[in-house]
This record gives sequence, C-alpha cells and structure tokens, in this order.
Amino acid sequence: MHLAYPAVLAVLLFCTGLYGVLARRNAILVLMSVELMLNAVNLNLVAFDVWLRDTLHAGQALTLFTIAIAAAEIGIGLAIVLLVYRNRGSSDIDRLRDLAETTDAADGEPQPDTTAEAAA
Amino acid sequence: MTLTTTAVLVPLLPFLGAVAGLLLGRRAPGFVRPLAVLPTLAAAVLTVVVAVGQGTGPATDVATELTPTGSIPIDLSLHLDGFAVLIAVLVGTVATCVQLYSTGYLRHDPRYASYAALVSLFTSAMLLVVYTGDLMVLLVGWEVMGICSYFLVGHYWETEAARAASLKAFLVTKLGDVPFLFGIFALATDAGTFRITGILGSVADGGLHHPTLVALLLLAGVAGKSAQFPLHTWLPDAMAGPTPVSALIHAATMVAAGVYVVARLLPVFAASAAALVVLAVMAAITMVGSGLAALAQDDIKRVLAYSTVGQLGYMLGALAVGDRGAAVFHLISHGAFKALLFLGAGVIIHAAGTNSLAAMSRMSGLARRIPDAYWTMTVALLALAAIPPFAGFFSKEAVLGAAEHAATGAAHGIPGAAGWTVLVSGLLTALLTAAYAMRLWLRVFRGKGAEAPDHGRQPVVMNAVLWVLFLPTAALGLAAPLLPRWFDGRSLAPTLTTSVLGTGVALVGGLVTYAAWRHTSALAARTPIGAVVADPDAGPEAAEETAIATHAPVYGDNAGAADPADPGRLLLGPLQPHAAVGFHLDALYTALFVRPVRAAATLVRFLDGAVVDTYVRAAGAAPRLLGAAVRRAQTGNVQTYLGALLAGSLLLAVAAVLVATGTGA
Repeated sequence: MHLAYPAVLAVLLFCTGLYGVLARRNAILVLMSVELMLNAVNLNLVAFDVWLRDTLHAGQALTLFTIAIAAAEIGIGLAIVLLVYRNRGSSDIDRLRDLAETTDAADGEPQPDTTAEAAA
Repeated sequence: MTLTTTAVLVPLLPFLGAVAGLLLGRRAPGFVRPLAVLPTLAAAVLTVVVAVGQGTGPATDVATELTPTGSIPIDLSLHLDGFAVLIAVLVGTVATCVQLYSTGYLRHDPRYASYAALVSLFTSAMLLVVYTGDLMVLLVGWEVMGICSYFLVGHYWETEAARAASLKAFLVTKLGDVPFLFGIFALATDAGTFRITGILGSVADGGLHHPTLVALLLLAGVAGKSAQFPLHTWLPDAMAGPTPVSALIHAATMVAAGVYVVARLLPVFAASAAALVVLAVMAAITMVGSGLAALAQDDIKRVLAYSTVGQLGYMLGALAVGDRGAAVFHLISHGAFKALLFLGAGVIIHAAGTNSLAAMSRMSGLARRIPDAYWTMTVALLALAAIPPFAGFFSKEAVLGAAEHAATGAAHGIPGAAGWTVLVSGLLTALLTAAYAMRLWLRVFRGKGAEAPDHGRQPVVMNAVLWVLFLPTAALGLAAPLLPRWFDGRSLAPTLTTSVLGTGVALVGGLVTYAAWRHTSALAARTPIGAVVADPDAGPEAAEETAIATHAPVYGDNAGAADPADPGRLLLGPLQPHAAVGFHLDALYTALFVRPVRAAATLVRFLDGAVVDTYVRAAGAAPRLLGAAVRRAQTGNVQTYLGALLAGSLLLAVAAVLVATGTGA
C-alpha cells in the first residue's frame, strides 16, 4: 500500500479533530476531537514505521504509549467535565470564562483569585 | 612612676573618665560628678608632677612605633619640653576649674552626663596634642577636639542659634583642617618622618624643599583652629554654647592648639620669610578687626569671644617675629584670665538674667549681687587690658618687645616688615583692648536704673573657681623672670619703650571710653530698652539658654543692640554698624560660598527629581503598560488561546521550513 493513503487519511483526521477542538462548544465533543487528533498521529506513526521498515519498530511502540496516555487523558478530562457540569449545570466551553481579565482589574492592581472564588 | 608613665597617664585619665561617663551616665547618675571631676583633677595634678619632673632640663623624647605603614612610620611618642609641660599645666588647671564650675552651673541640666564626658574627652585630646611628639597623633587629638567642640557648642540644641553655631564651628574648622592635613603630609614627605624632632632636624639641615607651601598649608589649619582671619567667624557664634564650654574650649585650650602647633613647628615657618610675613599680616588684621568688632558687640560673651580672637592674634604675631617664648607666655596668661572672664560672665548672665550689655547697663547694683565675680572680673579685665602689675601686662609686653626687637632688625632671619606690622597693630590693639574692656566693665557693673533682680546666691563652687583662677591672673607676671629658662632662653622681661607705649595707649583707650561713657550714659534713661526675661528661680544653665534664645527677638540682632547709650557707638562712629556684624564677613561668605552651594544643591535636586527619577519611573511604567496590553488578550475562552497557539506553531513551522530549505532570508 502506498504511503499516501494513510498519510492523507491522517491529515483528514487531524484537521477534523482540529476543527472540533477550535469550534465545538460542548466540552465532551472537544475531548473527542482531541482523541481524533491523537489517533491521526498514531496512524502516521504506524504507517511510517512500516514504510521505513524499522527493525526496532519504534513507531509501533510509541503508538502503544500514545494510546495509554490518551486513555489516561480522556479519563481525567471526562472527570473534570463531569465535575464542571455538576457545579455549573453546563459543560459549554464558551461560558467557562472565570479566568478572563476583567475590565476593572485591568485598570487597577491585579486582583487574583477573587473572581475564581466568587464563581466557585 | 617614671616621668614617661606619668605623662602617658595625663591624657589617658580624662579619656577613661569620658568613656566611663558616657557608659554609666544614664545608669548611675550618682557617679557622673566624680567621674567628671576626679580624672581631670588627677590629670591636672599629674601635669604639675610632669612639669616638676621635667624641669628646665633637656627635652624628654620617648617613642614606640605604632604600626609599620610601609612608608613613613607613625609613632606613639612623647615630647616633653618647657613649652609642653607648662601648657599642659594650664590645660589641666583650666579643665579642672571648668569641670568644677560645671557641677554648679549645669547642676539641673538633664544632659549633664554627656556634657561632662565630652568635656573630659576634649581635655584628654588637648593634653594629647600638647604632649605628643608625632604629627599624626597630634592630628588625632586635633580632630577629636573639633568634634567635641561641635557637640558642646550645640549643647543647647533646642535653640536655633546653637544648632547653626555648632555646624558653623565644625565646617569652618574643617575647612582649615584639610590644608593642614596636606601640610603635614608634605612636611613628612620632605622630612621622612612624622616625628616633630625629626622634622625640625631636617629643617635645620635644609632638607625642606617647599618651606613656604608647607607653612602656608599649615597656617590654614591654624587659622581655622585658632580663629584667625579669615576663618575666625565661627568663634563669636560658638558663644551659643554653655559658658564653661566657652571658657574651656574657645578661650583657654582649643584655640590655643593652633598657636601651640606653630610654636612647636616654628623653625618650619621661620624657614620661609614669606610665611612669616603672611602670618604677621594675618595676625595684624585679626587683632585690629576683632578689637573694633568687640567694641560694638552687645552680647557679653561675644565681646569676650572677639577679645579671644584678638589675643590669639597677639600670640601668632609673637610667632611671626620668631619669639615662641613670648607667644606661649601670652598663651598661658591669656588662658588663665580669659577662662576667668568667661566663667565670670556665666555668673553675670545668671545674676542679670540676660546676656545683653544694653540691658545690664540699665540695672544697678549688679556688682553688689555678685561681689566675687565683680572683683575677679575687674582684675581679669585689667589683665586683659595689659595694665601692670597683672599677668596680661607682662605677657603682652613680651610680645610687643619681641616685635620691637624684630622691627629694629635685631632678630636674625625675621623680616623687619613682619616686626613693624606686629608692633604697630599690637599697639593699636592695646588701645582697642583697653577700650572694650573698659566698656564691658562700665556697662556691666556701673549700670544705672532699676535694681538688678535677686537670683539668690551663686553656687559656692562657681565663686571658688573664680578665685582659683584669680591667682594666676593677678600674679603670673611674677613668673616672667623664671620662664625663659623653660623656654628658649630669651628674656621675657618688659622693655622700657614698649612698656611705656603699651601701657600708655591702654590708659588712653580706657580713659577715652570712660569719657565717652560719661557722655552717653545720660542717654540711657531716655531710651529704656531691655527687659529681664529669664525666670528668677531658674538655674544658671536654664537662664543662659533662655538668654541665648531670646536675645534676637528682644534686643534685635545678636551682634549689636540699637542702644544710643553705648559708648562704643560714640567711639566707633560710622564704623559701628559694620563692626557689630564683624565687618560683613559672614555676609560675604554667604554670598561667596553659601549661596552657590545652595544653588548647586537646588540644581542637583532638580536633576535627581526631574531627570534621573524619570528614567526610574519609566522603567516601572513601561512594563505596566505592556502588561495592560497583554492582559487584553486574556479573554477566558480556551478556544481562542488554542487558535492563537495554532497560528503561532504554523508560523514557526513555516519559518523552520523556509530556513531549512534556504529559500527564506
């Protein structure tokens, strides 16, 4: 199989994921898009590993690491999203703006933590 | 104890007393008086022991090297000769008298402990200057005296006058001390040693390369310390200190240090005729100018201060004609009677409740209130005016005799011009001295008007000290035939011509002043000025502090009151307003030095505030502005951040590719 097919597929997957991360509002969908990007990378790793005929199969080994890390990441990420939803009643990324620079803080001395505490 | 050990103990005892007094002053107030008086008294006794032990024999020199310096060594050395031991006796005696007097004078003063310790430290420094044989060690004592003088003049630091006077005294004397330091260095470089004996040996061998320069540099320091024109302006102002301080520091000892140094280093000065002429002219200007100024002063202590300046001029005049025996003789007799005059003035200020002569001339019976001060002051003023047979007559005639000796060309190596300058100005000053002494006496003790207020009896110790100092004032002249054996061997007996001339002009001065006073005192009743402002129950130190603080508001300018009854006003005529302010020298210095320095300070302040600080503030403001700009990017939307991150990484990737392929930049 020619290298172009998996490579193009990986690019498409990655761009889909990138679009999802930048444009989706729902935090769960953002996380899923991150998984898409990771898997595009995995596909690349496996494909180039085969194409390069690497005797140590470093690409495949690295893929296993990535899968393990992705599993851990999605576990923590979903837990955070769940807690955010329980606290706020929403997992909409656009509305989670507690760390924004407010106008009054911009004028005077910086006031760390006050808005975060008020929100919590 | 050997002579050396005794001599070492002399400066050491007051020093230890001062340290103990400073340490224990607050914790053990009961020990302050013994710690003040006893070490000084012991030192005074030891100075007499040293004087007797040293006798008229050859000078004793002992030295031990302090530390190797790599070049010219600094020695801890003693040099005891007739000059040193006799001046030490004077210092010890006057210091003891002053300490005793202070126990009475400042008995209620809250700062007595530190005051007494500083007086002890001062005494120790002066004795060090007198006994040391090494110029560096001498300089240490010299500077310690300067700083003690600063603290003691500023003793009444609650009053503005005292604060200003202490700073002035310090700065003006330091102005002279810098050239003095350079003079010592130049002298030591030429001679290869700081030891005075070594330096004098080198001078005798002609080893001194720049005698005029060295002598003039040293002279600057001497002018500052001994209050000679043009650096004399600090001394009249220093009268804002307590009276015992004026007696000790500004009459008998510190100002004598300059004269003493010139006496010790006289061969250096004698090596340069130009330096001698400068010294003579300086002394002459100082003598005559201070005599005129003294005649116009209203503050009793300022009269005495200008008189001190003038008498120091006599001593330096004697040195200018190469006779250090006469100079030191006058130093000793002047130290005794001037200390007496100042201490008497302290009694008078307490009894009258004012330091203004104009106010005193309007109260009668002051002499009856303080008979001890009256009699001792009278004799001391006669001694000051050089009326025989008191001490001042013999010492002043010795000076005038030496000047005549030089003027007629009989003295070897002394320019005749110096002799004539000193002789003429000395005679003129004798006239002025008698005039202001007479004026002081008449205005203080012959006042007419309301009865002087009753402030009770003066403390016994104060009166006793006056009588102790009365003895040398009255009888030191008897020592004139004995002294030459202690000094250089030149006769100090009065010569007929100068004696007749000197006493004659003094009598003329006194009588003219008396006539003027008879004429003007009638005017006193018509213009009553001057009220007694001091609290009658206050102690002497409080009375004086009040007098100093209230002089300017009550009687006008500190220098001279506008009093038509003043005989000095009639005698001086149009000169009077100028003489009262010291011939505008202070105003001149203000225009020449104070204003430029202030302007420079304003400029520096502007540069610091408007230029340097701008950079400092900008260094803070610029990051703050940048931070405000960057903060706008923080919207709180994670996806915006990620978008920016993506854009950035794309840019970096493109740049990396371009660089790697070599198509870019």
